[in-house]
Amino acid sequence: MTLKEAIERLGLHVLTSEEVGDAKVTGGYTCDLLSNVMANCKTGNLWITMQTHQNVLAVAKLKDLAGIIFVNSRQPDEETIQKANEEHVTVLNTDESAFSISGQLYQLLKEP
Amino acid sequence: MVSHYDLSRTFEIKGRDFSKAGYVSINIKEILRELGIDPVIVRRVAIASYEAEMNVVMYASKGEMALKLNPKVIQITLEDEGPGIENIDMAMQEGYTTATDEIREMGFGAGMGLPNIKKNADVFELKSTVGKGTSYNIVIYLNSKGNV
Ligand SMILES: Nc1ncnc2c1ncn2[C@@H]1O[C@H](COP(=O)(O)OP(=O)(O)O)[C@@H](O)[C@H]1O
Ligand SMILES: [Mg+2]
Repeated sequence: MTLKEAIERLGLHVLTSEEVGDAKVTGGYTCDLLSNVMANCKTGNLWITMQTHQNVLAVAKLKDLAGIIFVNSRQPDEETIQKANEEHVTVLNTDESAFSISGQLYQLLKEP
Repeated sequence: MVSHYDLSRTFEIKGRDFSKAGYVSINIKEILRELGIDPVIVRRVAIASYEAEMNVVMYASKGEMALKLNPKVIQITLEDEGPGIENIDMAMQEGYTTATDEIREMGFGAGMGLPNIKKNADVFELKSTVGKGTSYNIVIYLNSKGNV
């Protein structure tokens, strides 16, 4: 599953301006604790969280994540978006809850 | 000829500056990746250096992180000026934190930083003088698998 496909299938809103590439989504990880994400999130994962401050970007870069999904329609501030653009981190949001979007992504990634 | 593997760099870390937090570790990770270091090792270094860097941002006034590298080992050392740690054994325990509520709301302060450094490092030494500062010595062997 590419990031582009995942975005389409899950109806995610892309908040960053860079075109979404064909990077592969290797899985998902749902957590709001940054140390836990640093320890357990895998390369190419989509990170599902309600943390929208700019420090999530360094974690995404250090872990080579496919992108970050902010849940419950959470909107980061302009500065975070701008920084995400500069750092080439794909930042997304969804109207769904963390529970719901995690379940949907899980199902999607199980498809043959 | 000096191998490109023999490398030594230092980086400044500002305390309480969350806008730059994590970028020393990103820098270190990029250097290691460009040198073609095993990605598994790079990931372990990234976790350890990030947790050490964030502790300076969260608890200290300023710090200097050094990266030293040769064909056998990667060493990260960190010296900070700050409050120091009163009880290192306690600080090393999973879940122990003195982070403020504000910092915890940002998703930091889970008390997992030092335990995660220990897990990912082959050698982790922590020394501290209360009222002066803290020093970290983190060593990862290039041929090791770690404790994870
Ligand atoms: N550089 C430092 N200066 C002062 N105190 C520190 C430093 N690093 C760690 N500590 C202390 O050790 C505790 C545990 O650190 P850590 O395991 O990284 O968890 P956390 O940062 O989530 O609290 C911190 O809450 C803090 O009290
Ligand atoms: Mg910490």
